[in-house]
Amino acid sequence: MSYTLGQKQLDSIEDTLNQDLIELGVQCVVLIDMAGNIIADLHSGEMIHDIYALAALAAGNYGAVSAMAKIIGEDEFSLLFHKGQKENIHFSKVSSEFLLITIFGNHVSLGFLRLKVTEAIEKIKKILEI
Amino acid sequence: MAFINQKKKEVQVKIVYYGPGRGGKTTNLEYIYNKFNHRIKTEIVAIKTHGDRTLFFDFLPFNIGKIKGYDAKIQLYTVPGQVKYNATRSLVLRGVDGIVFVADAMTVRQDKNILSLENLRENLSLYKKSISKIPLVFQYNKMDLAEQGIPLLSYETLQQTLNSQLKVPAFQASALLGTNVVQTMKKIITMTLTSLQKELE
Ligand SMILES: Nc1nc2c(ncn2[C@@H]2O[C@H](COP(=O)(O)OP(=O)(O)OP(=O)(O)O)[C@@H](O)[C@H]2O)c(=O)[nH]1
Ligand SMILES: [Mg+2]
Repeated sequence: MSYTLGQKQLDSIEDTLNQDLIELGVQCVVLIDMAGNIIADLHSGEMIHDIYALAALAAGNYGAVSAMAKIIGEDEFSLLFHKGQKENIHFSKVSSEFLLITIFGNHVSLGFLRLKVTEAIEKIKKILEI
Repeated sequence: MAFINQKKKEVQVKIVYYGPGRGGKTTNLEYIYNKFNHRIKTEIVAIKTHGDRTLFFDFLPFNIGKIKGYDAKIQLYTVPGQVKYNATRSLVLRGVDGIVFVADAMTVRQDKNILSLENLRENLSLYKKSISKIPLVFQYNKMDLAEQGIPLLSYETLQQTLNSQLKVPAFQASALLGTNVVQTMKKIITMTLTSLQKELE
């Protein structure tokens, strides 16, 4: 079993991520599926992270956190955020199958980022028709 | 579930090494990594205990070049084999495309192999997948221990207890020495990509 995305859809997704997030000053944004596959990745400047490892870990982490949510009687935690000294990482669920990972420095405000992530997710959902 | 990227002409495939604790799943990935590290630019990602037991998974991405015009990116994972880690083990199976079942050929591990295979069947059903439909290869590991006089299950016994109904390819191997490790991997990759053939056309 597999699923396919075409050039048009992927172009639209990349345009959205670029306009909404990279232009905001985000360092790196990656759309993955819950199996850990990378659907799209954009970087301001050079790619400096091992995004395949990042995707595998993010999918596993998200699965683990969702399982914890169930244990305590929550449906899910739709948003996760880890704060570092210089870089921060933000995970947001697009649908039951897709997750958006954003890596950004302290010059980007979290409030604004959340707003933009929400906007981008709405657009991506339309593109993927989910 | 494999992802086919038409824009980059790339296919991403998830292969999971499953089996009882201490059976040699992590050792398989380590051997592959050491053998091909000139081709693999990243490290193995391992979430493990202090005692080197897998806690969540090991992960190794592996590029095998072009298949039918697509760049094939194979993602190799292992699960934690210990019974108590079923919650994380089942998570690793999400979206799996092909499975290597690493059985421990030591006679004392016979029951553990059977229980682990049963557990695989159950965990696949969580994702509405069937063990008889997914690409699957058996690896009967630790065959090198025969030389040290350690009692091992014979190939026939292993086939009888694990593979009599599934009837999938099986390899006798030593993950430690590297015997049949690459052959096992090649077989599962070929079977998995063949199962995707229609979608790649
Ligand atoms: N003699 C011998 N020892 C092996 C072989 N493969 C693995 N081992 C040893 O068995 C032990 C467990 O191997 P691992 O690869 O960590 O086993 P695992 O299946 O990943 O175990 P979990 O992470 O607990 O599920 C290690 O001490 C390995 O060196 C083999 O082919 N021959
Ligand atoms: Mg292991």
